[in-house]
Amino acid sequence: MTTTHTLSVLVENKPGVLARIAGLFSRRGFNIDSLAVGPTEHAEVSRMTIVVNVEESPLEQVTKQLNKLVEVIKIVELDPQASVNRELVLVKVAANAETRGHVLDTVQLFRAKVIDVANDAVTIQIVGNTAKIGDFLRVLEPFGVRELVQSGQVAIGRGSRSISERSLRPVAIPAPPASVS
Amino acid sequence: MSEQMTGAQSLIKSLEAAGAENIFGIPGGAILPAYDPLMDSSIRHILVRHEQGAGHAAQGYASATGKVGVCMATSGPGATNLVTPLADAHMDSVPMVAVTGQVAASSIGTDAFQEADIRGITMPITKHSFLVTNPDDIARTVAEAFYIASTGRPGPVLVDVAKSALQATTTYEWPAELHLPGYRPVTRPHAKQIREAARLILESRRPVLYVGGGTIRARASKELRVLAELTGMPVVTTLMARGAFPDSHPQHLGMPGMHGTVAAVAGLQRSDLIISLGARFDDRVTGNLDSFAPGAKVIHADIDPAEIGKNRHADVPIVGDVREVISDLVIALQTEADAGTTGDYEQWVEFLAGVKTTYPLGYDTPAEGLAPQYVIERLGKISGEDTIYTAGVGQHQMWAAHYVSYEKPNTWINSGGLGTMGFAVPGAMGAKVGCPDQTVWAIDGDGCFQMTNQELATCAINDIPIKVAIINNESLGMVRQWQTLFYNERYSNTDLQSKRIPDFVKLAEAYGCVGLACEDPADVDATIRKAMEINDVPVVVDFRVHRDAMVWPMVAAGSSNDDIKYARDLAPEFEENDL
Repeated sequence: MTTTHTLSVLVENKPGVLARIAGLFSRRGFNIDSLAVGPTEHAEVSRMTIVVNVEESPLEQVTKQLNKLVEVIKIVELDPQASVNRELVLVKVAANAETRGHVLDTVQLFRAKVIDVANDAVTIQIVGNTAKIGDFLRVLEPFGVRELVQSGQVAIGRGSRSISERSLRPVAIPAPPASVS
Repeated sequence: MSEQMTGAQSLIKSLEAAGAENIFGIPGGAILPAYDPLMDSSIRHILVRHEQGAGHAAQGYASATGKVGVCMATSGPGATNLVTPLADAHMDSVPMVAVTGQVAASSIGTDAFQEADIRGITMPITKHSFLVTNPDDIARTVAEAFYIASTGRPGPVLVDVAKSALQATTTYEWPAELHLPGYRPVTRPHAKQIREAARLILESRRPVLYVGGGTIRARASKELRVLAELTGMPVVTTLMARGAFPDSHPQHLGMPGMHGTVAAVAGLQRSDLIISLGARFDDRVTGNLDSFAPGAKVIHADIDPAEIGKNRHADVPIVGDVREVISDLVIALQTEADAGTTGDYEQWVEFLAGVKTTYPLGYDTPAEGLAPQYVIERLGKISGEDTIYTAGVGQHQMWAAHYVSYEKPNTWINSGGLGTMGFAVPGAMGAKVGCPDQTVWAIDGDGCFQMTNQELATCAINDIPIKVAIINNESLGMVRQWQTLFYNERYSNTDLQSKRIPDFVKLAEAYGCVGLACEDPADVDATIRKAMEINDVPVVVDFRVHRDAMVWPMVAAGSSNDDIKYARDLAPEFEENDL
């Protein structure tokens, strides 16, 4: 049985890293449900949040393979109970004089936000976890969704601990010998 | 210590600093700037005839010496011709650095002349790959490439350098240390795992040391022998590990797998404990995984954590350098032995000794013509245990793995994981460059030989006197064997007619080598001895063997190892109560 897993992957902020990771997933036959990449508190480190739907043992294998990538610094699987996750959606919904009120009610109910208005449509921003966003979109659907864009999920562990504290200290390795022994 | 120079000079100086002594390569447009300072370098550059030859030569060099092999090519087709050797080195964990030229940084992504995204192409088949566009990054990148290639689980690293970076001026500075926060190979095994492994070893009654290529790469042969002799456990050496344990040793059961000996296959299959040392439970060893060694617990030691549990569950996983793992196991087991605790393997050893005697390696001598196995057997006997043997892929490779007696590590070099036909000649060239005082025999097939024989020119011109034994059965022999067994003897496109075309003797002579031919068993020894006497130029011997010889034993692809055939339609017989 497959389940959803959320991986936080700290990587060196270098060109080609995303291609390496995406390539690894596709080569091993994994479909990435969601992917978000961005900078972190350390300039030289990026953080990816990867959501995959797989069984336990192949996930372990893909995690090990990911760890082998030279530019991957650390991988943590986030426990859904001990982490929070959010995604962001921008959605353009048909809204004329007749329906606009209903649409705005929905926006309020979900604590979403209107960020652009036209004669016959409004553009709404909503932030939340996957379930909330799913619910919101279901309610909006009857009004007529014209366009929708959704970010990948980002997630972080609860509490005061950081996954980057210890792992980001660079390890200085002596360079190979300058002359042959 | 920093100096102003061009990126090209920095590249060559960096390669020198990293310890490169030999480079196999071919120049071309994008890499051209690097070839100018190469003329003044202490590094010997060997101009090959095809980049694939350069790559396999670097592999042969690395496998024979344990040093990092280096090859060089230009952008586009030069680089893509390195793809096969890189993939091969990746599969067989060969430490290798490939330096390629790339089009100028400003042209990258424009489909410029001879542009190929070689870093992207090689991502899945290298341990790591770099693209350098800033000349200031050259020295650090070369240092990182050599470090990554040679440490942890060794492997190929590609360094693609833009022509503009080679032409620009930079400050050369060899780094004192490297910052690779995501690269920290674990070499020290965990003490708790060692204790657990020792416990299982002492408890087991039917253990087998399953020795893989990692033992060779870790230079752990001596330690392995100590472990084996301390415990008395039987040993099998995989295709990649031939030579890691002496073939003449009584505890050695031979090679396991699809074409393994009956003793090695049965040993693993009936064991209650497999101690895997730098092996990876490859499908060619396990056959059908579900029925592989059903009663065995597994101690899996590997420097690459991703190998552990990949194909077979490990009861005791040990991440670490195999040499350190074995040394620690020896200490733990010696302590137990001193306290009077040793394993009881007597019945098991006796059973396997019986299997080994009942089902020795062997072949039928044909009524007419020359048996390929005989040629290889004689070659091994006459040339001896200090010779380095390379092989291509196919029947001749399996016979070379079986019928040469390997006594020392790094004397058997072949393409195991990728199975690259054409490996033998350039591989031998690289091995000979690395070990000029050792005799190097390429045992090759007539199909394989014709894929890369152009490197004979390189060998002849650059005083690299390799010896090539073409096991000429005028066929793609292994494919033909499968057609015989599984396709009703319908020989679709496996007849190479190589006893007619080309004339290998003339071809050898055209390349400045000595060409010999032999088709009578009575002439085999004399021909080999004649080839052994020629040490100033390469020698090519066309051994014209009979074409119907097959590789036995054999486990058909996807079958259980229990279904091993000792010869065609002949399965070994074990009594029900045999362990």
